[in-house]
Amino acid sequence: MIITRALTKRYGAVTAVQSVDLDVREGDRYGLLGPNGSGKTTLVRMLLGLVYATSGEIEVMGQRIPRHAREVLPQIGALIEEPAAYPHLSGRANLTLLDAAGPGGGPARRTRRRRVDDALEQVGLAGVGRRPVKAYSLGMRQRLGLAAALIRRPRLLVLDEPGNGLDPRGIRDLRELITGLNETGVTIFLSSHLLAEVEQLCTRVGVLDAGRLVLQDELAALRAPTGRILVDTPDADQVAALLDGQVEHRDGQRLLVRYEDAAALNARLVGAGLRVSAIGPHQRTLEEIVLSVTGTGSDHIGGRP
Amino acid sequence: MIGVELVKLLRRPRTWISVVLTCALPFMVAVFIMITHLVPPPGQGSAFLSAVLQDGALYPAAALALVLPVFLPVAVAVVAGDSIAGEATTGTLRYLLVRPVGRTRLLVAKLISVTAYVLLVVLAVTFTAYATGVFLLGPSRAAAVGQAAAGGGGVAAGAGTGLAGQAPTAGQAAGGAVTSLSGAPLSLLQVTERTAGAIAFITVSMLGVAAIALFLSTITDSALGSALGALAALVASEVLVTLNAATVVQPYLPTRYWLAWVDFFRQPIFWRDIQRGFGIQAVYVVVFLAAAWANFSTKDITG
Repeated sequence: MIITRALTKRYGAVTAVQSVDLDVREGDRYGLLGPNGSGKTTLVRMLLGLVYATSGEIEVMGQRIPRHAREVLPQIGALIEEPAAYPHLSGRANLTLLDAAGPGGGPARRTRRRRVDDALEQVGLAGVGRRPVKAYSLGMRQRLGLAAALIRRPRLLVLDEPGNGLDPRGIRDLRELITGLNETGVTIFLSSHLLAEVEQLCTRVGVLDAGRLVLQDELAALRAPTGRILVDTPDADQVAALLDGQVEHRDGQRLLVRYEDAAALNARLVGAGLRVSAIGPHQRTLEEIVLSVTGTGSDHIGGRP
Repeated sequence: MIGVELVKLLRRPRTWISVVLTCALPFMVAVFIMITHLVPPPGQGSAFLSAVLQDGALYPAAALALVLPVFLPVAVAVVAGDSIAGEATTGTLRYLLVRPVGRTRLLVAKLISVTAYVLLVVLAVTFTAYATGVFLLGPSRAAAVGQAAAGGGGVAAGAGTGLAGQAPTAGQAAGGAVTSLSGAPLSLLQVTERTAGAIAFITVSMLGVAAIALFLSTITDSALGSALGALAALVASEVLVTLNAATVVQPYLPTRYWLAWVDFFRQPIFWRDIQRGFGIQAVYVVVFLAAAWANFSTKDITG
């Protein structure tokens, strides 16, 4: 769906994106993670033909960008950083104008009203579509931005920080909307610096750090059990003594043990008369994974070599 | 896309506020003149103003002369300067471009929308001024003939050559006909034709301003910056136009022939400056639009 090869963007002496090989497959819910300033937005803008690459190639839906942007872009819905709208016009008027600005005369025009209605309905703005946008809350603007991405019924959704400005309810709605669209065959490419958002939503992640793609894999593979068992026990000292040499890490009452099977370990501890309050296979959190491959964020002045 | 730009223009409150304000100035002037019957002495003040008490039908021309130096260029610079930079600031530019709207197409649509705006303002001024002139100042008043008699020859402020200075009573004799700047009578049809010519000339002059502002609008994301930049260019041009030391460059300055539309109201029409005015504006429009296109079509959209 999206493939880049050695994609690089330099602004003068600053390299914003460096030799990125992105691979987003059809049907993915792909989460691009990275601290602020890591190049996420520049990368997204290059995919959409807004920013021209210094070198490297971009292929979206099998077509080269920016050369074939005209053919590809109508099939993409995009939310790029903040949403934007003409404040004195209603949400509905904004969507109608935006749609009318795009290509496709007759057929697009005939279905316009329905598509606008559907998009407003999908994001939960059906009731306020006629109010001017300047009266919208931040969350409503974000929903309108999503609606704008949906009016052309895209095959690919590119969402840059889609959770911005949404309250917990809005985040849940967004998650349901994205999952629902994905089930109907829409490929999702979203960028975020919110790990929890990506962890709950995505099937595949890429991690950008200082312009480089330092990790790209299935989330399930990244989060596969590590072969360690996590044990919570009030008898931590005794457990450590019993399993001497197999305890890799201890943090208060929590032990990380090298052991094949959680049930077998549990039976052994209980058999030894030790109390166990929780036990299970250890998985790394997305946070641990990301922090293990990234340096300090670009916001962190002076933290880079 | 062109339709979309026109809808955006027409549904924007700013458009109508600026039109109303631009029309308000000539209206205010007309009210004062109606009450006091005082007009600038011939050869002073705004063009045509000394003749309007005599001929209300000349008021559209007087009104255009009133708004041309400041109101019109300011309004045009604001609208054209906002066209790309304003969309970049609100963030709507990137959404238009990924819709997708081709960059060239967007520029063309913006130019057409600015042209429509210029025409809207100029026509609004013309029609409200005609109504004002006929209703407030009236066509040919006997009381005003005496004053106008002194003014018939010298009204064309800044216009230059070729004023015949005949007795204005010639115009009156023609039975309600309007007196040209040269003193010879003009029929109503002729006045209409010549006003249309003046409107076309002023519109093209304003397109020169618009092209400069549009170009600046593709360079910066600040709508204010591009509008003021275009105005600064005009002020610089005005300064040089009056500077004897700058005679060499004067024929190429954007504002050099701005007032040449006054020549439409001579009998016969004095074409030389009108043609040069059209020519120089065409050059400015082509050059700055080409620069705007070259810049915009290769630009990274980061706003």
